[in-house]
Amino acid sequence: MSTVSIASSRARLTRRRTRKAAGWSGFYLMLAIFVIVSLFPFYWIVITALKTQPEIAAGTSSLLPGHITWSNFSTILTQHVFVRSLVNSVIIALSTTILTVIVASLAGYGLARTQIRGKQLIQGFLLVAGFFPVIALVGPMFITYRKIGLLDNLGGLVISYFIYTLPLATWFLTSFFSQIPRELEEAAIVDGATRLQALRRVIVPVAVPGIFTVAILGFIFCWNDFLLALSFITSPSKYMAPLAIVNLGQSQYQTFYNLIDAAVVVITLPIALIVLLAQRRIISGLTAGSFR
Amino acid sequence: MTGAPRRQGSYSLAARDRRFGYGLVAPAVIVLLAITAFPLIYNVWNSFHHVDYLFPATFGTFAGVHNYSELFTSGLFLPSLYRTIGFTAVSVAVELVIGMALALALNRRFRGRGVVRAAILIPWAVPTVVSGLLWKSMFDPQNGFVNFILLKLHLPLAHTTWLGQTWTAWGAILVADAWRNTPFMALLLLAGLQVIPRDVYEAAKIDGAGALQTFWRLTLPMLKPALMVALIFRTLSSFLIFDIIYSMTNGGPGNSTQVLAYLNWSAMFVGSNYGLAAAISVALMIMGLIIAAIYVTTFRTEQVQ
Repeated sequence: MSTVSIASSRARLTRRRTRKAAGWSGFYLMLAIFVIVSLFPFYWIVITALKTQPEIAAGTSSLLPGHITWSNFSTILTQHVFVRSLVNSVIIALSTTILTVIVASLAGYGLARTQIRGKQLIQGFLLVAGFFPVIALVGPMFITYRKIGLLDNLGGLVISYFIYTLPLATWFLTSFFSQIPRELEEAAIVDGATRLQALRRVIVPVAVPGIFTVAILGFIFCWNDFLLALSFITSPSKYMAPLAIVNLGQSQYQTFYNLIDAAVVVITLPIALIVLLAQRRIISGLTAGSFR
Repeated sequence: MTGAPRRQGSYSLAARDRRFGYGLVAPAVIVLLAITAFPLIYNVWNSFHHVDYLFPATFGTFAGVHNYSELFTSGLFLPSLYRTIGFTAVSVAVELVIGMALALALNRRFRGRGVVRAAILIPWAVPTVVSGLLWKSMFDPQNGFVNFILLKLHLPLAHTTWLGQTWTAWGAILVADAWRNTPFMALLLLAGLQVIPRDVYEAAKIDGAGALQTFWRLTLPMLKPALMVALIFRTLSSFLIFDIIYSMTNGGPGNSTQVLAYLNWSAMFVGSNYGLAAAISVALMIMGLIIAAIYVTTFRTEQVQ
């Protein structure tokens, strides 16, 4: 009798185990689908970018790249407008990011550490500004820029890019600074430092992870912009990369997917690298920024 | 008496602290006012004036409600509004369901979680226009993957010009939008899931609650704050979709994928009518406020119950 019960409990155990194993394999299957759907389009883009125009014209017949040609990459990387737009994008995204970090650090410190009145009002304003529809600032800014000569001007573009970066950065740094113990800067002030010096020498070094998070997100948001560059920039020499890529390889009669896709690969690589290296920071910034 | 000078001293210290604080906050506030409050006011002003570069004679003159009435007489606004609402509802629903599945999956501990997270984050980090171009390439009739795989598997529709017809174009736009934005939804929900203490689940398990029951009765209610934030974010940005439409269809075929943000943009840069565009912008801002208010009140009343 006891052997029967042992056998049946063993059978129950293996049944549970197989069910559990089936659950896990179903789980991994689902994850695999997510990963494949996320990444497969990039594979398709890469193999299209490795094809010649005649191969493209003949239509796609294989999942494999087949005959590999690098000519699309050399074509776009010798195209002045495209290379210039990459440089522009890096410079503008970096400048906006640096300015954002400075302005947001100052404001974040003011909100976290001084007794100013209307803190809640300012923080409420930051929240609303973070949701401001970007399309709604295009018209007024266009008319104003036209009047004061900031149209087709990279400096004017940087000012408008603050809409992407400044609300989130200020909010995030305010909460980050609030968590730093007051004793740190008080010690510095007792040692004779001014408050600005305390901010720069004590708070900022401690807040490096938060500043880094804000900087990465700011860079990605600026790098991502299309609407503002499309609206304010007219000279090809001042294009941002997304704007250049849309205008690339379009002739009146056909779309040169091999060129566009090569450009997509070039523009995606640095971002993919940033994501792989700074994944945790990006996620913490995005989610912390959302729990305001 | 003896306390008076000291108090005055500390008062002036507080005043100095405040002045210092205002100085620190001023640059950020001034810049943000210049790029939000100023456009807001200017839009309201422009929406009641003739601001059309093609008609210099009337430029800047008072227009009354002409721009607003033109929204309805031109026959473009209402169809765009309906399309935008329809797209927003469908895309947010799709992204919520898939994003929730993804968040629940990523909330489990398993080997390679970091790799999966990075893999789904890359589509989010790619510029929106680029994701539009990428999917335009995937849906290309001749060289796209979609028709390639349909042809290989001998399935119907293998010769579809996806972006050439209204409903298939919307399908392609939805795929591109969901591909890019679902990870964002998932990450926000995941952050909400990670706040829920694990022992709550253990208690539910001991009480014999099934997986579905646990999800509806436990996970979902505790996820409410994160859910609200994710939904507000995604609904507002879906409502303002522009980059993907511009890069995939340009509002076509015909006007059939023209949404409000696209209409707003083309009023300016195709029509050069900044008064009309301002009226559209004002309408967009009001509708954005309504959407946010609906979410906030819905979630708040549910929390009270």
